[in-house]
Amino acid sequence: MLSRVAENIYWLARYLERVEDTARLISVNSHLLLDFPKASGLGWSSLVTITGSEALFNTHYSQHDETSVLCFLCGDRRYPGAIISSLAATREALRSTRDVMPPSVWEEVNQLYISVCKQVGRGSIPRNRDAFLNGVIRSCETVNGMIAGTLSHTQVRTFLTLGQQLERADMTTRIIDVRSANLLPRGTEEIMPFETLQWMSVLKSLTGYQMYRQQVKLGVKGPDVLRFLLQDKRFPRAVACCLWRLSNKLRELPRHAPALTAAKRCLAHVTGARVNELAREPDLLNAFIDRVQIDLNELHGEIGHSWFTSFECVDSQVQEQKQS
Amino acid sequence: MSKLNWHDYAGDRFYDELIATSGDPRPAAKMLCEYLAELDSDELAEHKAAAEVVIQAMGITFTVYSEGSMIDRAWPFDIVPRVMPLPEWRTTEAGLKQRVQALNLFIDDLYQEQRIVRDGVLPAEVLAQSANFRPQCVGIRPPHRVWAHICGSDLVRDGDGTLYVLEDNLRVPSGVSYMLENRNVTKRVLPELFATGRIQPLDDYTAQLYDMLASMSPRAGDEPQIVVLTPGIYNSAYFEHSYLAQQMGVELVEGSDLVVLDDDCVYMRTVDGLKRVDVIYRRIDDLFLDPEVFRPDSTLGVPGLMRAWRGGKVALANAPGAGVADDKVIYAFVPDIIRYYLGQEPLLPNVPSYLCLFEEDRNYVLANLDQLVVKPANESGGYGMLIGPHASREERAAFANLIKANPRNYMAQPTLTLSTSPTLCERGMEPRHVDLRPFILSGESTYVTMGGLTRVALNKGSLVVNSSQGGGSKDTWIVDV
Repeated sequence: MLSRVAENIYWLARYLERVEDTARLISVNSHLLLDFPKASGLGWSSLVTITGSEALFNTHYSQHDETSVLCFLCGDRRYPGAIISSLAATREALRSTRDVMPPSVWEEVNQLYISVCKQVGRGSIPRNRDAFLNGVIRSCETVNGMIAGTLSHTQVRTFLTLGQQLERADMTTRIIDVRSANLLPRGTEEIMPFETLQWMSVLKSLTGYQMYRQQVKLGVKGPDVLRFLLQDKRFPRAVACCLWRLSNKLRELPRHAPALTAAKRCLAHVTGARVNELAREPDLLNAFIDRVQIDLNELHGEIGHSWFTSFECVDSQVQEQKQS
Repeated sequence: MSKLNWHDYAGDRFYDELIATSGDPRPAAKMLCEYLAELDSDELAEHKAAAEVVIQAMGITFTVYSEGSMIDRAWPFDIVPRVMPLPEWRTTEAGLKQRVQALNLFIDDLYQEQRIVRDGVLPAEVLAQSANFRPQCVGIRPPHRVWAHICGSDLVRDGDGTLYVLEDNLRVPSGVSYMLENRNVTKRVLPELFATGRIQPLDDYTAQLYDMLASMSPRAGDEPQIVVLTPGIYNSAYFEHSYLAQQMGVELVEGSDLVVLDDDCVYMRTVDGLKRVDVIYRRIDDLFLDPEVFRPDSTLGVPGLMRAWRGGKVALANAPGAGVADDKVIYAFVPDIIRYYLGQEPLLPNVPSYLCLFEEDRNYVLANLDQLVVKPANESGGYGMLIGPHASREERAAFANLIKANPRNYMAQPTLTLSTSPTLCERGMEPRHVDLRPFILSGESTYVTMGGLTRVALNKGSLVVNSSQGGGSKDTWIVDV
């Protein structure tokens, strides 16, 4: 497969995953806020923080209210992480990879894009927010189902998985980081009753509540939730699970040693985390998440270097070619 | 709501493809016209809307530039097919094969001995001023001695019902994907009519294209590595490039994906390292193919590609230089070319042409500009033309000066009364002018698509069918009556 196409496929998967994750995040936040008193200080701005886009948001919006945040995250093309922008990027990447992707995937993404443009394309917020977000999530799931059901297990699929798992791991770490920073006990008595609710919301942002309850029979407690989201190898949105699947895919590719080393390093950090301590100490947790994100960036760099741009030494490759 | 009555259809001013002057459907179109007459205007509108939804969902687009930015437009499509009876098509098909066979012999001769010039059939000055003759190709012998592997010839029907060849596109003809997609859309919108089994299928074009390309591979035995070379997503025909690569299951590459090494072989940059390429279906014009040989500023092509081709290490379709025969002045000589190389009379007529190169013709053209269509030798897409009867006095005067300044560059033809075909417009069924572009593949053997792409000038009275200028298209049915 062409390196240029592999790179587009990888990004296509990352953008698509970003669309889905962003929609899930907004959806859960909407439900959560209904349960909280105003005094809790929770609001819409935490979504902007999770996505790491405060600076851009503050340039364009003066208020941190529901309408502004929703406009920004759903339909603002100036923000590359908005649902509409990620979707446009997915579609562009698909345009140049249509020859290797199942045609139904193009049709689905194209339809979703047209529908999203109609609903939020003009700086408005969706009239029926639940239906809008569920539609986006369902459509992304449909695409993943089409890929699972009709795309051969070739390198196309390998690069899709790499992009998807890396993006997913990244989003999970972001959610843990920001959500937990608000959550961790800081001695304010009045927030305490809501702590369980908030940990539940962390799980729900990742659609992990049900799976958590099945696997962790005890109640919803900080260290257990952290352990589950960081180290579980069976829950598809747990960081370790993503890295595990990603590593297995890496092994299918030629010259995979550097990328695999980076993935293993990251996995070792995640599985070695002392969750009890982290759950107690916000600063430790914050530093730990930073470390994991640096790992993920390095892994991303190794993937790019190994398969997308590694043609500086063309001649040695020809030698390799002739020998094989 | 009112139903369609074909006797109210105002198609009597021109030859109509579906409806005879009596107001009755032609025999091959009877099935279709009777079906349409059963529908009321709401149902017709529903069919039209259904087609638009399908086109949008399938993402059938073409790209246009507008004020410096790129816009993806849905492909303008009319749901009423154009119908042609099978026996007429068989004759047309034979004529196209004959024509393309002669053209390939002609191109091959021009780059070898130029017997046709020596024997005085083609004036040396015509060749000398040909913008698409490539001296870099002299002496080369491509596989099967074929240069124009993929040809799209434009056919038009005049008022008396005769089909003429209007021009041959031998460089990078486009439109075949729309022909195939038009059929897919029509099948979804009018499935009942296909159940009769009388509409000839056209599914196997991409399989034929693959086989033809594979037959050119320089490495016999191995499974050939075929690629489609595109200028990229900003090209107006990118949809087609991608579609063809997808349908053939081959890589769609851009110039930067390819590299020519010291062994003169072409390689593509893949995840597994470099991989040798055997056949390139290139959708980039000659002059952009190889900056070492042609335009040095081209970033679309591949440095060294011509070296690889001349060395026989890679096959190119169409061969560089094939465009020499798609010159509109050379066009006028095609009947002679067929006689010269094949010793046969042309089965399909040319539109009578006046070459401004010849004094007698030129004087006639200048005296009759208000009745003629004047075309520059090497433009495509309908640009740079003068349609005499529709032009203003000033435009005609300006064109007369252009002709006098460079007579070799212009040819003229009588304004044909292009045939019409019923088209679903804002106010119901109305006649619109159409042409037909069949595609001809030449390799070891020759293959012609079943029918072709029918393009339609959607604006009332317009003769311009190009998609960049208000044209659309419709499905083409070859029907066994």
